[in-house]
Amino acid sequence: MAAEEEVKSKGGNKYSLIVPTYNERLNIALLIYLFFKHLRDVDFEIIIVDDGSPDGTQDVVKQIQGVYGEDRILLRARPKKLGLGTAYAHGLKHASGNFVVIMDADLSHHTLLCIICNRKQRETGASIVTGTRYVRGGGVHGWNLMRKLTSRGANVLAHTLLWPGVSDLTGSFRLYRKSVLQNLIESCISKGYVFQMEMIVRASRKGYHIEEVPITFVDRVFGSSKLGGSEIVEYQKGLAFLLGTT
Amino acid sequence: MKHIVKIITLLVTISALWTGLLQMSLVPRSHIWLLPIYFIVALGCYGLLMVGIGLMRFPTCPKEALLLQQDISEAKEFLKQSGIDVGSD
Repeated sequence: MAAEEEVKSKGGNKYSLIVPTYNERLNIALLIYLFFKHLRDVDFEIIIVDDGSPDGTQDVVKQIQGVYGEDRILLRARPKKLGLGTAYAHGLKHASGNFVVIMDADLSHHTLLCIICNRKQRETGASIVTGTRYVRGGGVHGWNLMRKLTSRGANVLAHTLLWPGVSDLTGSFRLYRKSVLQNLIESCISKGYVFQMEMIVRASRKGYHIEEVPITFVDRVFGSSKLGGSEIVEYQKGLAFLLGTT
Repeated sequence: MKHIVKIITLLVTISALWTGLLQMSLVPRSHIWLLPIYFIVALGCYGLLMVGIGLMRFPTCPKEALLLQQDISEAKEFLKQSGIDVGSD
């Protein structure tokens, strides 16, 4: 709390970038380099919440800490896979910035997008800036027709049922005011990516000022993407849950 | 109020209007009985239309993909020079 006040009194904003990881040994190293390359004039820290990756992700992070400093890169690991929601909550406990950016470690979102989100937030004073892949200026790369169809179908279904107020519900690139994120995390109980959906829907219901920016999503550069039948079932269950409880 | 309550209220209002129309018999009854079917079909068509339009206008970002690849090569160079071992993928 004291750190946050200090930051505000200096007139600057500090951004805590929370990146949950699991077996992202190569990606996390590249990601950190790209953060430092593209976010030069920004006061930020990177909080890596690793769920006990067996591939040595934490070792790589520790090596990189040697290059950039432990005050800029915080490794806050957990013993095993404990879920996305709790990863954010865990990272949030160690965040000293007044804004929090949440993103994936797999390089699907370019680090430059952080700048765009920051700018939008400064322009509009929004509490949440969420990325959308469905508007012009944003987009995807590396998706086949089936994937696009599934994504679009899921999106239309969610819009018809939930009237969420944002165009992209399942995107995982967002900037939150820290106090807002704390409030939301306490109210959300879903697991996995449905958690992301629950957060933005609840935020919309609570009347927070939400802005959107177009973001680009380059499909998993390294590693394999997961989208199968079980994900579709989980999605529909998630929608039903959100329909009934938000 | 919860979203589901909003939706149920909307459906109840529409049902009330529909029942009202049935009572008034300004229009032949057979048409009014079919209105719910028309409504559902229209909703389905609207949904398919939105999916189709969305699919056609789905934006892509080949330029960003290229920039990302360049950034990644640069990053790998840096990591190699700094002696950070990331292993092979």
